[in-house]
Amino acid sequence: MYVAVKGGERAIRNAHALLADRRRGNRDTPELTTAQIDEQLALAVDRVMSEGSLYDRGIAALAIKQARGDLIEAIFLVRAYRTTLPRFGFAEPIDTAAMTLSRRVSATYKDLPGGQVLGPTFDYSHRLIDFGLETEDAPAPTAPAATAASDAQGPSPRVTDLIARDDLIERELAPRPGAPVSDITRDALAFPAARDARLQNLARGDEGFLLSLAYSTQRGYGRTHPFVGEIRFGEAAVEMFIDDLGFAVSIGDIALTECQMVNQFTGGDGRPARFTRGYGLAFGQSERKAMSMALVDRALRADEFGEEHKGPAQDEEFVLSHSDNVQATGFVEHLKLPHYVDFQAELALLRQLRRDGGAVAEAAE
Amino acid sequence: MGLLARALASELTGPLTRRFADHGAKDLKPVETGLVMLRGRAGGDGAPFNLGEATVTRAIVELPGGERGYAHILGRDAELARLAAIFDALWQKPDQRRTVETCVLEPIASRLEAARARRSAEIAATRVDFFTLKRGEDEP
Amino acid sequence: MSAMAFADPAFESQAAFRAILRAIASPGAIEPCGRGLKPPSPLSPAAAAAILTLADFETPLWIAPSLAEWGEAAAYLKFHTGAPLAASPRDAAFALLDLERDSLDLKSFAQGAPDYPDRSTTVVAETRSLARRPMMRISGPGVRGMAEIEFGPTPGDFLSQWEANRSTFPLGVDLILAHGAEVAVLPRSVRVTGGE
Repeated sequence: MYVAVKGGERAIRNAHALLADRRRGNRDTPELTTAQIDEQLALAVDRVMSEGSLYDRGIAALAIKQARGDLIEAIFLVRAYRTTLPRFGFAEPIDTAAMTLSRRVSATYKDLPGGQVLGPTFDYSHRLIDFGLETEDAPAPTAPAATAASDAQGPSPRVTDLIARDDLIERELAPRPGAPVSDITRDALAFPAARDARLQNLARGDEGFLLSLAYSTQRGYGRTHPFVGEIRFGEAAVEMFIDDLGFAVSIGDIALTECQMVNQFTGGDGRPARFTRGYGLAFGQSERKAMSMALVDRALRADEFGEEHKGPAQDEEFVLSHSDNVQATGFVEHLKLPHYVDFQAELALLRQLRRDGGAVAEAAE
Repeated sequence: MGLLARALASELTGPLTRRFADHGAKDLKPVETGLVMLRGRAGGDGAPFNLGEATVTRAIVELPGGERGYAHILGRDAELARLAAIFDALWQKPDQRRTVETCVLEPIASRLEAARARRSAEIAATRVDFFTLKRGEDEP
Repeated sequence: MSAMAFADPAFESQAAFRAILRAIASPGAIEPCGRGLKPPSPLSPAAAAAILTLADFETPLWIAPSLAEWGEAAAYLKFHTGAPLAASPRDAAFALLDLERDSLDLKSFAQGAPDYPDRSTTVVAETRSLARRPMMRISGPGVRGMAEIEFGPTPGDFLSQWEANRSTFPLGVDLILAHGAEVAVLPRSVRVTGGE
């Protein structure tokens, strides 16, 4: 049966107008500026940049405003925006060891070169609603001042580099100069996926999805016995090789969160036992995301270490195919759109089955 | 170029109109905003992977004397990129280099340094001073 | 002073892209492309517009010897597209040649792979003439009945080369013919036969 539908244009136009009106809300309340979102909802901006896979605070803030705070909708807008721009090239890999640190903590070493710096964190805050934030005329908070010159940040080598000195942790494969780097925005994912494609997928992946998978590994669905070797948040310089010039130039700084997870050791077959690693990297201050990414990265390396698959987090095809919230929301939300024809077909089939006398019939599907 | 990429437009417009009003720079390409794919390394030091993109604005100008100025700056500020490219070109003229350095580059460098120092002082106040109470293996 | 490319890259390259798309969809149709563009000689506005529109830093470009020797033309395309120069026709995503001064060997270009037929070379050829005249006849997808085309100079073995190219469909190259500020396209899917 074919059901033709037409119309709805006027309703859609008006729905858009109504959305714009509701987005603005009560006119007695001052309108939100994108600068306010950027400054005061900075972690929402960070998430939208990470999962939108586009570092641009202004665009992310605008997307959040346009999406009325629906972050997945904002991420969708950012992904759509990036497709309108030409790509000029690739940056040189960012040197996270040379970051200007705003935060750096380790759960494996108390005393480490460069020290532990808490930075702006929720970690030690009481989760009590602060009614002081409710009023707009409260005195402005002041940043703390350093106590002594000795507090100046010295060199802060990565914790994994320290462990590697004693050969107690696996080393990352040395980069092969000129080797191609997978780009899942250009070539569709193929399985088994290389580590670079997995890391790119996880870096764009939904924080909630990765968080749940990471949690599942802790609860026994593919245990990896993790320690936070180090989490660092700060700014790193971006360099880009300019063909016309023949050298790389510094094009600005971006904020990044890096997580080095130190995991259960492996050995055997004549190789000494060593800790293994998982890695997370995200735009802005996105600690939960970077940690989840590191745990899932490690879980996905199960085959590499000959580990038995015991949980969904180790299933590469499952994880990588479902991590993208723009894909996921598109497919789930499309169910709202008219399926009149499909449904009529099912309905007709069901009625036919009933008529044929079989109240208990096999499922139509 | 690293300093120009971190300049504020106001740090460039002033000196340009005051000292280099007759620069005569022309765009070799219209100023354009595009993307650069940022890369990290597995484990921080391993094989590179694509992390995500960033907006970048590119300007390429040429002075009447043939000096080409380039600017690639994160973000979408076309005016800033064009100004930076003009100063990159002016810096290549031996008789202008000193002026560009003192009037443009040095003020940017000192502002960046002051901001860095202020930020690192604030951050340093959150450094943890551990004091060990007693360690198990030290027991006699 | 180096020659400017598109003054408004977003709109002009989209207009050129649209023209090329129409020309591919209607093999034999002659579409305006690159009007207002003043590339360095010997590039035609149409060929320059096609390369400026289609090539970028990720698409190796092969420039035939007769055009490569005009350093300014090659430098112009390199500067404005950022495309790396391909070492050989087989490595090229796009190729630029002149039908009068270069030999045409369709088999020398990348033919694509069965899984990725799009990984073939798109060849942009400068011509001395391009018109809808019954020198050759085109039939196949996108053509109602027969279309006519005349372009020149045409290599003596063009029809047999083209038939070989067509017979490997979905592999094979697509040919963009440029003349002045006009283009026509022979996609790999069409049959080309001799006319009157």
